[in-house]
Amino acid sequence: MAQETFQFFSLIEKMSAREVYGKKLAEIGKTNDRIVVLTADLMRSNKTGDFMKAHPDRFFNIGIAEQNMMGIAAGLALDGKLPFVSTMATFATMRACEQVRTDICYANLPVRIVATHGGLTTGAGPTHYGQEDLAIMRSLPNMTVIAPGDPNQIGKVVEASIEWEGPMYIRIGRGGEPVVYKEDYTYEIGKSITVREGDHITLIATGSIVFYAVAAAEMLAAEGIRARVIDMHTIKPLDRQAVIKAAKETGAIVTAEDHNIYGGLGSAVAEVLAEEGLACKFRRLGIPDLFAGYGEPEYLYHLYGYDAEGICSAAKALL
Amino acid sequence: MGKPDLELVARLEEKAVDIRKQLIEMTYAIGHAHLGGSLSLCDVAVALYYHFLRFDPQNPKDPDRDRLILSKGHCGCLFYNIFADLGMYTKEELYNGYNRIGGRFGQHPNRKYIEGFEASTGSLGHGLSLAVGFAFSGRMDRANWRVYCITGDGELNEGSNWEAIMFAGHHRFGNLVAIVDRNKIQGNGWTEETVRLEPLADKWEAFGWDVINVEDGNDMEQIVDVLGSLPPVDPVTPRRPICIILNTVKGKGVAFMENEPKWHAGGLSAEKKDECLRLIEQSRKVRR
Repeated sequence: MAQETFQFFSLIEKMSAREVYGKKLAEIGKTNDRIVVLTADLMRSNKTGDFMKAHPDRFFNIGIAEQNMMGIAAGLALDGKLPFVSTMATFATMRACEQVRTDICYANLPVRIVATHGGLTTGAGPTHYGQEDLAIMRSLPNMTVIAPGDPNQIGKVVEASIEWEGPMYIRIGRGGEPVVYKEDYTYEIGKSITVREGDHITLIATGSIVFYAVAAAEMLAAEGIRARVIDMHTIKPLDRQAVIKAAKETGAIVTAEDHNIYGGLGSAVAEVLAEEGLACKFRRLGIPDLFAGYGEPEYLYHLYGYDAEGICSAAKALL
Repeated sequence: MGKPDLELVARLEEKAVDIRKQLIEMTYAIGHAHLGGSLSLCDVAVALYYHFLRFDPQNPKDPDRDRLILSKGHCGCLFYNIFADLGMYTKEELYNGYNRIGGRFGQHPNRKYIEGFEASTGSLGHGLSLAVGFAFSGRMDRANWRVYCITGDGELNEGSNWEAIMFAGHHRFGNLVAIVDRNKIQGNGWTEETVRLEPLADKWEAFGWDVINVEDGNDMEQIVDVLGSLPPVDPVTPRRPICIILNTVKGKGVAFMENEPKWHAGGLSAEKKDECLRLIEQSRKVRR
């Protein structure tokens, strides 16, 4: 499998995936009149204002009513529209979980749920953390689950989503996440990206943690450890081949995600390893099954051991 | 409201008797159905599918059709029989495919398997939001079709309904009609003893809907009168959505089932089936 390797720039550039999302949506909305955009009173927060200004008849602020929003999105999709629905990850996946499951997934409708403030990125405490969303969405039949590997990638995901069948859950952060990709690249749903080659160990990360995995690989490189870094932006369907290849070629895997260690990326990777009968050193990093405390994400990632330093020391401990 | 077309009323009454009997036959053949709520809903469903709904069974996905969302998906069996009667499939196919492996007919309907259904429903309190989605879509397309949503009364316990009712009232979806099958009984007993719904019409009105209260929701003349008097859909001008509260009788048409919470759902012995058919046939004679 030929995969490009990307140069990592230590000069940190930060972007807001929400901004990128809002702009991309307004842009493709010009040529695709099936696109409708819904928000649950988080227009400013979801950055969908550009679309609203450009296409007011295809935009609805549903109000603080996530269940209603998911049902309306399903109705629109049943009638041939392509709804992009935004709210915070925690409300999209839990308050409206049954509507997502029964109205959207059961009917296999092309609703795109773009959930902001995934993981611990809100800084607003446990009520607003999205730390179970990937696990919940992964268990819904027909659902595709994506956490873009850097803030700009959401633009590529939105483009790719136009032709993708069935429902999608796309999880982004609050904004101000570091940029991983400096050069342009090809993006394909369901196909991971090897951000950095290496043969001693593989760091598999998703969403906002891809950046920290790359930084960890740099730290490991300084100590002579060659770590492969995989941006597993699609958690379902998972790129099984990339996991198998990593296990066979590097013999050690660390997964890292801004999510409870149960049910998300780490679990998905573990399932592949177990099902393939691959003996491989393995460690999952993420929120250690607790309601995370207050604080900025960088601090919390450090506290729970999945920032660059945490990933680096877990990798060394594994080897 | 004008004078209802009595010939039409008589034709629909006849059809409602036929459909009730088919529903009983099916319940006996397959062993289980949500009978009580299907019998209360039967008359308006017949009026819609045999006259008022813009719906062609030969072309059920016609873009200009009216959309009907069955929020009370438990009563899919009533519509299974109507669609069979309209020739969309055979009765044998229905009997052999109900709740069986490889069958198309679940206890709750799946739109993927049966074209007449706009949505896969069964979980209560979902239909109104789906209907609002259709109403939104129709408004965007400047379409003149109508969206009907049939809800039970018990399911109005679900808070999600009120999110949709509030939203539709605010946005004045004139292409949306909600029909409440107000049979006053839910799974475990009377609605007013479970969680009081009354004053139900006032609630809808307060949320921005025009409410039409049909005193006897099983009386075809009253049903024809109300459905025949709906204002035409104007895709451009917003107006208050309409809620029709049909005061119905659960188990209607079978005396021993009427207003009996225990006949919410179940099966029928051969004896009970014959008694049901006899009672329903009697109701035909009374109407004539």
